[in-house]
Amino acid sequence: MRRLKLERLGWIFMRVSGFFLIALIFTHLIVNVMQDGGVHAIDFAFVAGKLANPLWQWFDVTLLWLALIHGTNGMRVVIEDYVYRINLKRFLLGGLAVSTAVLIVLGTLVIFTLDPCPTDAAANLLPSFCTAG
Amino acid sequence: MVDTVTRTSRTVIAGTLYRGHEGMWSWVLHRITGIAIYFFLLVHVLDTATLRISPEVYNGVLGAYKTPIMGIGEAGLVGAIVFHALNGLRIILVDATKWGTRYQRQMFYVVLGLWTLLMIGFLPRHLINVFTGGAE
Repeated sequence: MRRLKLERLGWIFMRVSGFFLIALIFTHLIVNVMQDGGVHAIDFAFVAGKLANPLWQWFDVTLLWLALIHGTNGMRVVIEDYVYRINLKRFLLGGLAVSTAVLIVLGTLVIFTLDPCPTDAAANLLPSFCTAG
Repeated sequence: MVDTVTRTSRTVIAGTLYRGHEGMWSWVLHRITGIAIYFFLLVHVLDTATLRISPEVYNGVLGAYKTPIMGIGEAGLVGAIVFHALNGLRIILVDATKWGTRYQRQMFYVVLGLWTLLMIGFLPRHLINVFTGGAE
């Protein structure tokens, strides 16, 4: 019964998070990949410049958490569909849980602790506001 | 022998509503694109985390994405994301509306049509960036 309730929660989560992920990821792609120059225009100065803005920090952290939990729950369903050997299944599900936890913690820390103007870096690699003052 | 098996299974398949039809293919594509996007996401969080090491290291890692082969991979990734997004909306409509199940087949063709339109909008711009070195 408890298990069924959890599965139902997961099912609802996939619909709700999926809906918001569409808006978040399409924005992410338009801003990063559809800008002038596309992927070629992405470098430290561009990303650190964005992440100096709290709005982009919260945007990216929401995207990170929703995408990883949505993807992890999807992979859990795939593993449960195809892997019947109990030890292999436990190993895969455990690895999935650990890697997701590590990436969520790592990604969140990077977003909120990034210094856009590290003092020991060459100025031409940094966002323009680092040298403006 | 082979002939018998083929004929038998064809009869069985034709007798089901699901197997071999739009519902099955949308499910297969949703699963394959989902798995592909998941593995890219793992790599993408890690490459972004190198921001924290130094600007030189991050720019070096990102340089690996700025090759023609990766550019074609990125086109595939965007195609996978757009399909997963559109078909995900179709799944939500099938689950949440009274009419969704009745029109799931038509909605699958709407998904394919919108996917084609969006990719026609995206691909030229992306491929020109990839093969001309962008704004660099």
